[in-house]
Amino acid sequence: MTTRTLLRAAVAAVAALALAACGSSGSGSTTSSAPAGPVTASDPWVKTAETGMTAAFMKLTNTTGKDIVLVKAATPAAGMVELHEMAMKDGQMVMQPKEGGIPIKAGASAMLEPGGDHIMLMDIPKPIAAGETVALTLTFDDGTTLSVDAVAKDFDGGNESYEPSPSMSMSGM
Amino acid sequence: MTETAGGTFSRRRLLLGGAAVAGGATLAGALTGCAAAGPTAPEAAPEAPYGDDVVAFRGRHQAGVTTPPPAHTWFVALDLRDGVDRSGLTRLMTLWTDDIERLTGGRAPLADQERELAAVPASLTVTVGVGPDLFGRTGLDALRPASLAQLPAFDAIDRLEQRWSGGDLLLQIGADDVVTVSHATRVLTRDARSFAEVRWVQRGFGRARGSVPDGTTARNLLGQVDGSANPVGDAREQAVWSAEGWLAGGTMLVLRRIRFDRDHWEQIGRADRELVIGRRLDDGAPITGGAEKDAVDLSAVDENGLEVVPSFAHVRQARARDASELMLRRGYSYDDSPAPDGTDDAGLLFAAYVADIERQFLPVQRRLADNDLLNRWTIPVGSAVFAILPGIGDGQILGHQLLDA
Repeated sequence: MTTRTLLRAAVAAVAALALAACGSSGSGSTTSSAPAGPVTASDPWVKTAETGMTAAFMKLTNTTGKDIVLVKAATPAAGMVELHEMAMKDGQMVMQPKEGGIPIKAGASAMLEPGGDHIMLMDIPKPIAAGETVALTLTFDDGTTLSVDAVAKDFDGGNESYEPSPSMSMSGM
Repeated sequence: MTETAGGTFSRRRLLLGGAAVAGGATLAGALTGCAAAGPTAPEAAPEAPYGDDVVAFRGRHQAGVTTPPPAHTWFVALDLRDGVDRSGLTRLMTLWTDDIERLTGGRAPLADQERELAAVPASLTVTVGVGPDLFGRTGLDALRPASLAQLPAFDAIDRLEQRWSGGDLLLQIGADDVVTVSHATRVLTRDARSFAEVRWVQRGFGRARGSVPDGTTARNLLGQVDGSANPVGDAREQAVWSAEGWLAGGTMLVLRRIRFDRDHWEQIGRADRELVIGRRLDDGAPITGGAEKDAVDLSAVDENGLEVVPSFAHVRQARARDASELMLRRGYSYDDSPAPDGTDDAGLLFAAYVADIERQFLPVQRRLADNDLLNRWTIPVGSAVFAILPGIGDGQILGHQLLDA
């Protein structure tokens, strides 16, 4: 049962399994409305929350030859959704709406992650509990949309505004 | 760390490149082997022989039972929080299934802030089980397998402590690299926080991979070769895997924490220590002769007509009377901090896998409790039982056979 194999090969195999798995289990990585849209999402997750606001994260990959911008996100799990970035203001990292949306360069990926760009879910009507699935609809500037199921995970990173800044983490090393 | 590895690689490339170009008699002579192998020689020498090894997560059975025992195994028991019902358990299993799939494949789980620690799977397996009390607490009472119950008290030998006993959920996390085990434990217990709290963690170890040939029977901290008589092939499959209801493809685990009284064990001579077990200390072979894997000849008598293997010997009591008593044992040593009075705290995490505890495990355990002289030096201080969930196919979550039953 043990297979000696190059890690890269193993990762590819397991990744393929995970992709195949997630449609029915809701536990996995990606669900897209079309098999091969211009943008694909992988590893989506959302931070659990009792009330108020929370955030969704994922990796977006632009499979086309021209730049695409994520301009809008929506979900039944939130009354209002905004695209946010973290920025340095008066020596403190704060989050703010990202002007013009989140760009994804041609053939490249954009990481939506804690401490960086993210999808902000506000006015959540009910708690988002660990292990639940949150359905998101992403809209891009080329008019296409992408459906993504994000699993909810407890995340101890806490308040976004406490995320360490790039300069802090550099000096920490 | 990355820089160091890269630097080593570059230096070697430089050396080999220089040898190939120069062709100088002395240098070329010294490096003939390498130069002859051509430019791919540096890649041919594995620098991390086991780190990339992957054990398949999905299949008819969970990994970690009949797959080769890794160097390190941690057993983590958790208790469900009040109010966690079948749907809560389903959500926990959804998270764990995804985490385990990624971790065992050498990929970071979602939201992992230490993602680099996931890059070395080192044959990581994570095996999930459920304890007897879980069924009542989640409204699944009717689905508790009949023989899944805490073991009866063995008053003559047991000195059980609650801090090493019981539990609603089990994570058995094993790998050849303890950093991998530690990181997987962190990820999985963190994702369980909304549902359960950790009851105990028992950390076991064997020889480092590569120290002895793969497949070598383990030696416990009393110096004994331990596990020689494990069933193999079809007998093992029959002994381990359940065919009953939702548990079909799963098994049952009896985990006993057995402290060793090494101070007193060391006071008896080598010949007596071999008689207590019925096996030789040097190679684990029966004292009646043969090799390690040969059966002990329980009927052998000496020139005076006395049994060579005494009635009190461990092997005489432990041997399965027939196929219905076979079990698969995977023992791990533990060595924790001494008690305040200086008594050391080392011993064996005895893990036995059986399709049915009542039928296979208890008869042997009763004999050992009544007759095994080894009990003088071995003290059970912890005891727990779990149903190890069946394996899963693509797109399925762990425990679906139970949760959807």
